[in-house]
Amino acid sequence: MANFSTNEFRPGLKVMLDGEPCSILENEFVKPGKGQAFNRVRMRNLSTGRVWERTFKSGETLEGADVMDHTMEYLYTDGEFYYFMDPVTFEQHQADKKAVGETYLWLKEQDTCEVTLYNGTPLSVTPPNFVELEIVETDPGLKGDTAQGGNKPARLSTGAVVKVPLFVTQGEVIKVDTRSGEYVSRASKS
Amino acid sequence: MRSTVRDFFAKRQVLEVAAPVAGVRAVTDPQLESIPFRVMNETRYLQTSPEFALKRLLAEGSGDVYSLGTVFRNDEQGRWHSPEFTMLEWYRLGFNHHDLMNEVESLVHSVWPSMPALERLSHRELYQQILGVDSLSASVEQLKDRAQNLQECPFTETSRVFWLDLLWVIGIEPGLQDRACFVYDFPIEQAALARLGDSEGRAVAHRFELVIQGVELANGFWELTDADEQQGRFEADNQYRECSGQPRVEPDERLLQALRTGLPDCAGVALGFDRLVALSSAYRQVSDALALAWDQA
Repeated sequence: MANFSTNEFRPGLKVMLDGEPCSILENEFVKPGKGQAFNRVRMRNLSTGRVWERTFKSGETLEGADVMDHTMEYLYTDGEFYYFMDPVTFEQHQADKKAVGETYLWLKEQDTCEVTLYNGTPLSVTPPNFVELEIVETDPGLKGDTAQGGNKPARLSTGAVVKVPLFVTQGEVIKVDTRSGEYVSRASKS
Repeated sequence: MRSTVRDFFAKRQVLEVAAPVAGVRAVTDPQLESIPFRVMNETRYLQTSPEFALKRLLAEGSGDVYSLGTVFRNDEQGRWHSPEFTMLEWYRLGFNHHDLMNEVESLVHSVWPSMPALERLSHRELYQQILGVDSLSASVEQLKDRAQNLQECPFTETSRVFWLDLLWVIGIEPGLQDRACFVYDFPIEQAALARLGDSEGRAVAHRFELVIQGVELANGFWELTDADEQQGRFEADNQYRECSGQPRVEPDERLLQALRTGLPDCAGVALGFDRLVALSSAYRQVSDALALAWDQA
């Protein structure tokens, strides 16, 4: 991979730091009066999701990271790995539990996800912003109980638990915002 | 704002001069990069500040002078930097750095009446207050430990100046975001062109900076007038350049000649005019203060 100098660090650039692939978030040129020029950089470690703050001497270089985002279709899981397919090449990729992380709560077969590949292997998976999932377990609608704000927990087919309004019943399909984990609406019948 | 500045100096009988933008010599300062260009079969350099030209005029007996003009610094671009910018620089005979701080405050106030009140503290007090280290006497190891405490710092440099600069960037500047202050009496390794002196029994350089919301707005010196000492500092700059793989820069003989003739006792300061415009207008970056920013020029 090519090397990138501090003046090429733009938000979104993927570089290697301490052996980990990182994505640049912010890069500010700073120079104390009559002093050494530095670049103050914030970057996200793509393996752990942690944000790192590092300071580089201006002109220092980092190796680029072979990291690419791909849109892929989620196929299935065998309990150990999650399988995704590139809809253009039909190539399949297996992601381990570390790469999938909490995203498994929102994975429904045939949904389209963003899979980040690092050296060709899935590093992380981003679910669609909205998914439609079936409620497999929730209490029957309780009448008149407004003390809890009119919500009750519901377990979805993926194992995710979300708060739903009292009128929603078991077996219904609901739309959920995966970024906040919140109920949006009943799914439109198709 | 430019006319306010000109009125300010006219009232004080400070003479405006147009210093040359294209000089025969570059600066030796290893942290400054002059931009060379070819003209009529010789190399000239876009000046990084009008300092040497103004000092030569002072040595010729010009009296108090100022310049409001364009200067250039290679490789400096960012939120508060542009390779081409406007610098206001002036020299006052018989002033020391404290007298000049008073005048800088008056000038900034004249163009920015609602400016924040300015604190004054020494470089040592500033580093003590924010980081708990003694900037004048701390060893490289102590400075390094303090920096490592703030963030991972995988640098192998062994000069105090490097670690003081790094601490500025990762500790001091972020700690000054909501403050406005003059910082004075720097460690002697950061003297640049200031004379050396004594503060409560400690050797210091009589240099000051005005920092507002973390932005360095002005840098001033009670000027070094000793030609031999100046020559020594040029040489030290070139030794540093050699060690860090930078090209040697021939010292400005004409400046040294002027110092030998005799530079009157004076204090001088350079102020980033575009930064002043940006800060006083609450702009988020210096490019907003330029008629056409560097990448639009």
